Amino acid sequence: MTVGLFIPCYVNQFYPQAAIATLQLLRKLGVDVVYPPRQTCCGQPMANSGFDHLTQECNDLFLENFSGFDYIVAPSASCVLHVKQHIHSTADPAQAAHVRSRVYELVEFLTDVLKVENLNARFPHKVGIHQSCHGLRGLYLAQMSELNALPFSKPVQLLNMVDGLELVTLDRPDECCGFGGTFCVAEEAVSVKMGKDRVTDHTKNGAEYITSVDLSCLMHLEGILQRNKSAVKAVHIAEILNSTL
Amino acid sequence: MEKQTKDHAALAKAFIRDEEHVNWHDGALWWIRQKRDIASKQIPEWEALREAASQIKSNVLSNLDDYLVQFEANAIKNGIKVHWAVDAEEHNAIVYSILKEKDIRQLVKSKSMLTEECHLNEYLIERGVDVINSDLGEYIQQLDNEPPSHIVLPCIHKRKEEIGELFHEHLGTEKGVSDPTLLTRVARNHLRNVFVTRRAALTGVNFAVAETGEYVVCTNEGNADMGAHLSEVQIASMGLEKIVPEKKHLGVFLRLLARSATGQPITIYSSHFKKPREGQEMHLILVDYGRSRQLGRPEFRDSLKCIRCGACMNTCPVYRKSGGLSYHNTISGPIGAILAPNLDMKKHADLPFASTLCGSCSNVCPVKINIHDQLYQWRQVIVREGYAANTKVLSMKAMAWTLSSPGPYSKMGRAGRWVLNTIPFAVNNKFNPWYKQREMPDGPKESFGEWYAKHNNQTPEAENQSK
Repeated sequence: MTVGLFIPCYVNQFYPQAAIATLQLLRKLGVDVVYPPRQTCCGQPMANSGFDHLTQECNDLFLENFSGFDYIVAPSASCVLHVKQHIHSTADPAQAAHVRSRVYELVEFLTDVLKVENLNARFPHKVGIHQSCHGLRGLYLAQMSELNALPFSKPVQLLNMVDGLELVTLDRPDECCGFGGTFCVAEEAVSVKMGKDRVTDHTKNGAEYITSVDLSCLMHLEGILQRNKSAVKAVHIAEILNSTL
Repeated sequence: MEKQTKDHAALAKAFIRDEEHVNWHDGALWWIRQKRDIASKQIPEWEALREAASQIKSNVLSNLDDYLVQFEANAIKNGIKVHWAVDAEEHNAIVYSILKEKDIRQLVKSKSMLTEECHLNEYLIERGVDVINSDLGEYIQQLDNEPPSHIVLPCIHKRKEEIGELFHEHLGTEKGVSDPTLLTRVARNHLRNVFVTRRAALTGVNFAVAETGEYVVCTNEGNADMGAHLSEVQIASMGLEKIVPEKKHLGVFLRLLARSATGQPITIYSSHFKKPREGQEMHLILVDYGRSRQLGRPEFRDSLKCIRCGACMNTCPVYRKSGGLSYHNTISGPIGAILAPNLDMKKHADLPFASTLCGSCSNVCPVKINIHDQLYQWRQVIVREGYAANTKVLSMKAMAWTLSSPGPYSKMGRAGRWVLNTIPFAVNNKFNPWYKQREMPDGPKESFGEWYAKHNNQTPEAENQSK
């Protein structure tokens, strides 16, 4: 089994440590991982802004980079969801369908494909989980509070394997942080208010770290935490799962 | 009301300025969302009910013409006078002609979002007809000359002190009085007088049964019944999509409606109207007003399944933080943002973008409308039809080119990180909406791609040392 490592554009540029943690974690678990160097972006920023018709070249490049792998894994639920729902090709629809069915967010790859039961990780801190909406309601990584169904959570399942880690309970466990792609600048006032309220939920419940499967949400929450000189830090879940502190 | 020129972002920004008020608004709606959660989780078959409701509505939408004809025939058989209106103007003219024929100059209305969509009140007032909204929330909004900000809770954006002030000004209560019980009593006294003196009453319609030709009106205040039963002319306005095939289907919808709206098991009054009582005239207006056009848009037709419970608004974090009036449309919130562009794409081009696409709306919806997917689809349509700003089109084109070209993408990334590290003031300024209330991310020295090129063949230990 060979896994193609998909590192979304903004993670590549701004959060290399999360990408490194993802790579190391997968290798630690015995996975053969390859990073195709010519990758860029999944096309979501354009598509979510209404410019899906401008994404064909992004799609083609993505297919060129990732068609040959058994699985494609990325530390970003949002980008994975976009690939799953929207990557298409007029030239080779079968290839696009193959990629759509083989792409996984890191956490779901660990729980559903590798079926990880031990992690040998240590992170002795109080951690709040920020459920990214695309992970929660798009990829169904956990049960959402809207539905009348039994609870489960793939991120919690993994974080419970981390030594010393204590999860904090939030007042609103699955509310959106307000990042929303270009929404964060187009609707700056609402976006920031939503982010501030999410941060408050974590801080008042005692979190030292806020973690998530999506760095885009974390980038937004981190920006608010830093502006307010908060001691609380944002950290991608791959870094916790790969941590041996 | 019609003359707004600000878009959602600007109106939301103004609403958010009073942060304490926003917190209160957010909390009040979240409290209702929690009541809805509790109520829905007390019914083991909740998800099956949602599925049933969605499928019944799918059937209705696929056979709408037949059900409407069936409904009309049965309603006429029951003695109801049925009218058809293609748009708002025609609907308003029909109401006016009914009143004019009887020389009636006063009308009491119970809640009907359709008549709000049609701006019936303004239309009638211009023609010398006095209209009073008898739903308490709408009554308050009418006193303030403001449209409802929420389809179920029309004045949820107002605090009791503001309502006390309005009552002081318009109804003569003492200044500073804001006790809800007292204010409600005052409103009730005023409305009682209205109910007994008006000759004509208008209600909305929640459900119309094709099989029997009857319609159902749901309220918590009983005001629809008061108006309808005391009047000599009763008018009901309904959108074409309110049809359910058979009476037995009502059980599904009545169980879902109030639980989704307010967390109640059922609305206090779920009144069935079938035929006029002796000496009374009963009119029903079937209104299209854009609905058949939406039915013809495959990606948006399911929006017509909506039963107007407001659950999507209560759950939507954008709605809770920005207030219903920021949507500048009668039906606000997520569902309004997919209904509004159908009526006027240019005027409402901003609304499908007033969302983070978090998906909570779709999952809370009792008839399973894929609201957030439709918001995404509207964005594509709006851009395709040319309603995106030129600056946005240009920046998106530039972005699409950079993000699909590995060489330029790496160079731009390096340049971006260099800027963040070396000359942060170039981006940390007031022209950058991100920076206004948030710090920019740190600019790491190298990208993951650059790191990987150097370290890929090393052992993890060596990788760690060189980090």
